Amino acid sequence: MTLDPVLLSRLQFAFVIALHILLPAFTVGLASFIVLLEGLHVAKRNAIYLRLSVFWTRMFAVSFGMGVVSGIVMPFQFGTNWSRYSDAVANVLGPLFAYEGLVAFFLEAGFLGILLFGRKLVPPWMHFFAALMVALGTLFSSFWILSANSWMQTPAGYTIVDGRFMPQSWLAIIFNPSFPYRLVHTVIAFYLTTAFTVLGVSAWHLRRGRNVDVSRRALSMTVVFVAIFVPIQIVAGDLHGLNTLDHQPVKVAAMEGLWNTEARAPAVLFAIPDQAAERNRAEIAIPGLASLYLEHSLDGVVKGLKSVPAQDRPPVAPVFFAFRAMVGLGLLMLATAWWGLWLRFRRRLFDTPAYLRVCAAMAPAGFIAVIAGWIVTEVGRQPWVVYGLLRTHDAVTPSLTGGDVVISLVLYIAVYAIVFGAGLMYMLRLAKAGPPEHVESRDARLAERPARPLSGADAF
Amino acid sequence: MHLDFVPVWTVILGVGVFMYVLLDGFDLGVGILFPFAADEDARSLMMNSVAPIWDGNETWLILGGMGLLAAFPVAFAIVIPAVYFPILLMLLGLMFRGVAFEFRSRDPAHRPWWNRAFFGGSLVATFSQGVVLGMFVQGFTVTGRAFTGTSFDWLAPFPLVTGAGLVAGYVLLGSAWLVMKTEGALQTWARRCATLALVAMLAFIAVVSIWTPLLHEEIAARWFTWPNLAWFAFVPVLTALIAWAIWRSLRSSSDYVPFVGAMGLFAMSYLGLGISVFPYIVPYRLTLWDAAAVPSAQAFLLIGTLFLLPIIFMYLGWAYYVFRGKVSADVGYH
Ligand code: HDD
Ligand code: HEM
Ligand code: HEM
Repeated sequence: MTLDPVLLSRLQFAFVIALHILLPAFTVGLASFIVLLEGLHVAKRNAIYLRLSVFWTRMFAVSFGMGVVSGIVMPFQFGTNWSRYSDAVANVLGPLFAYEGLVAFFLEAGFLGILLFGRKLVPPWMHFFAALMVALGTLFSSFWILSANSWMQTPAGYTIVDGRFMPQSWLAIIFNPSFPYRLVHTVIAFYLTTAFTVLGVSAWHLRRGRNVDVSRRALSMTVVFVAIFVPIQIVAGDLHGLNTLDHQPVKVAAMEGLWNTEARAPAVLFAIPDQAAERNRAEIAIPGLASLYLEHSLDGVVKGLKSVPAQDRPPVAPVFFAFRAMVGLGLLMLATAWWGLWLRFRRRLFDTPAYLRVCAAMAPAGFIAVIAGWIVTEVGRQPWVVYGLLRTHDAVTPSLTGGDVVISLVLYIAVYAIVFGAGLMYMLRLAKAGPPEHVESRDARLAERPARPLSGADAF
Repeated sequence: MHLDFVPVWTVILGVGVFMYVLLDGFDLGVGILFPFAADEDARSLMMNSVAPIWDGNETWLILGGMGLLAAFPVAFAIVIPAVYFPILLMLLGLMFRGVAFEFRSRDPAHRPWWNRAFFGGSLVATFSQGVVLGMFVQGFTVTGRAFTGTSFDWLAPFPLVTGAGLVAGYVLLGSAWLVMKTEGALQTWARRCATLALVAMLAFIAVVSIWTPLLHEEIAARWFTWPNLAWFAFVPVLTALIAWAIWRSLRSSSDYVPFVGAMGLFAMSYLGLGISVFPYIVPYRLTLWDAAAVPSAQAFLLIGTLFLLPIIFMYLGWAYYVFRGKVSADVGYH
């Protein structure tokens, strides 16, 4: 058996980006949450917000550090494993990637130092400002990278010269047809990921009767947030899907598990797609429903996978199952959010143990939904890297052998296992420890400088 | 009208890469010195002296990588595959040392391991960068628009020597940084390290300066024909003067001259490299103009870059200003 550099490079890319995305998924929302807390602290001078902010800034520091180190790996992947892709798309996507680095990371990296280390060195309003800039940085970063990704899904504003893409209209490139939907759906996903983590950690502390005042405040803030944003996210996802139907009907067919092009297409609830036999096994379906929600009429014709030749179809099973995981988690999130809202309304939010337990269990829900959603998006795009124009097969670095990629993939897995493993353990420990009892202010420190060496690491 | 953006991008990218080498150079150097420090307190101080800024320093690497992809895509598509494994090792090294900043102070139970990760990561990343540099000077096997050598071409004498040379160089930057940022016993020790690193770096500069013209006739011709010989003579002369200034300042009480001088040595080496390979970006195969992106792409990115670079330099100034002066033990993560 020969090792296929294309398949292995795809695995490697999927591995490094799936671990990378977990961190932005958390830090993008967390940065904004910290801005809110710092803002409330400056406005209301209530120590609860400061304690919460210090707590979540600690979590932020660890996850951001891991986000940065795993992010640095990403642009180099394009060169090491996908050099023909780089050569073909760089005139169009290069500036978008570079803008990501420029606009966002410089904002972050610059003000990050102030946010993490500067509490004792700068006044509170400046600390708030630094937090704001970091949050904006993470959002800009998402803006550009999602624009680039969306262009690969729905290319626009280009011409092709000698097999390479040349820019024609930058506005059309940046605001390509799927970008607005992807941006909205992903940023809300990141906010929800953070919100469910905050919800889960606060509920965990409340169940143990620890840090009660702080955890109550965090819980009731986030319950309101998720009760509003989960439904918005579901609507956004639906609109995103309809947009995909316009541009990538085969991807939607894979999500729905539909092989035949037909009117009264069924909504497949469960099935085991069989790529070789071109049909589903063990199918449970509701007749006509897919036509209804995709085409808004029972007689609407929905394109099936068999409408394109076999070599132009994505791997169906991962797309199909990942889609169900995402939607299932979305519905669970909705149930959790509205239950919480109802309890809050009845003033029983803090003393319903079953609810607190559910919240704690839902803490990782956002992360799983984000990965699932991205598998739908990226595997559903196959066998193309630029949809309909450049095949993944033609994008790989020509000098790579399968053996080269095996070595690098094994090393990536080994190193990520250690680094992410340690990071996860450490974050869990921080989360368990909870917010500090009191926070040393700038003036207090000037009054009695701690003389202990090494107190820096645990200054609060 | 046809505007040529290549010179502008050459300068921006050249400055970006140089900023990276200087800035991440000193914090990687501090990492390589790490296990040799007297005790844990000294190590904590060393780490705190770079903790607030390393992240920003590393951002220049991304600017370099992304800038190369955006402004000179053909070079990106040829050079990066040719150094597949050095890049891999560099990334993994940077990853280990990046998280070691956090975990060392927060995971005391495993502190010795994070010390090793910080040292090992810094060393591997530095050596790999030196190998990339060596490959770049040595040249790549290219057919058409693609690299057609193997992923192990870098296992050759010249790249391995430049790898070791860069380790010496970064250690010099790192120890000179410590001379500037610390006091007392730690500073005295840093001065000793800087002296050793200076000698090693000068030796490597000498070896590489002799070896490079032997590798390529074009480089020999560039330096040793008249009138270039006269024009470029200032590079070795200034290098010698700067080296002498660093040497003197290391035996006096000057805290700043060693670091400024070390940056000067790097500037001279970088200039020498530029003189050797200009106008190639894939040495001896593709010039900057051959490898450039279309003007529309270069122009589009230039708008934002010209607007943002000054802001970036301003914030850099601010960040370094906030954390100015000698490091003290009580400024760390919170
Ligand atoms: C908290 C996370 C989360 C939740 C609860 C949902 N999604 Fe989602 N979804 C994402 C997080 C996400 C994502 C990770 O952010 C993706 C990947 C790429 C993208 O644009 O967003 C995504 C992609 C994605 C796509 C793929 C679009 C494409 O690739 O062209 C569709 C059709 C939907 N979603 C639809 C839904 C629906 C109908 C949901 C209703 C329950 C839903 N999503 C809940
Ligand atoms: C949906 C996909 C992605 C999103 C939303 C995203 C977002 C982010 C964010 C917010 C950060 C800041 C660190 C953090 O918050 O953890 C980050 C780091 C980084 N990302 Fe990604 N990223 C994505 C995929 C990629 C890809 C494909 C690349 C490669 C081009 C990339 C390159 C980087 C780099 C280089 C960093 C570190 C930069 C630094 O020093 O701050 N990211 N990413
Ligand atoms: C952050 C969330 C993302 C995840 C989880 C993700 C996941 C994946 C997966 C699973 C694959 C392999 C697909 C397959 O081979 O079947 C893949 C491929 C790829 N993705 Fe993404 N992706 C993400 C975002 C991005 C972004 C932001 C970009 C670029 C801007 C990108 C560019 C690519 C490229 C170039 C490939 C390799 C070629 C290919 O297999 O199509 N991805 N990604």
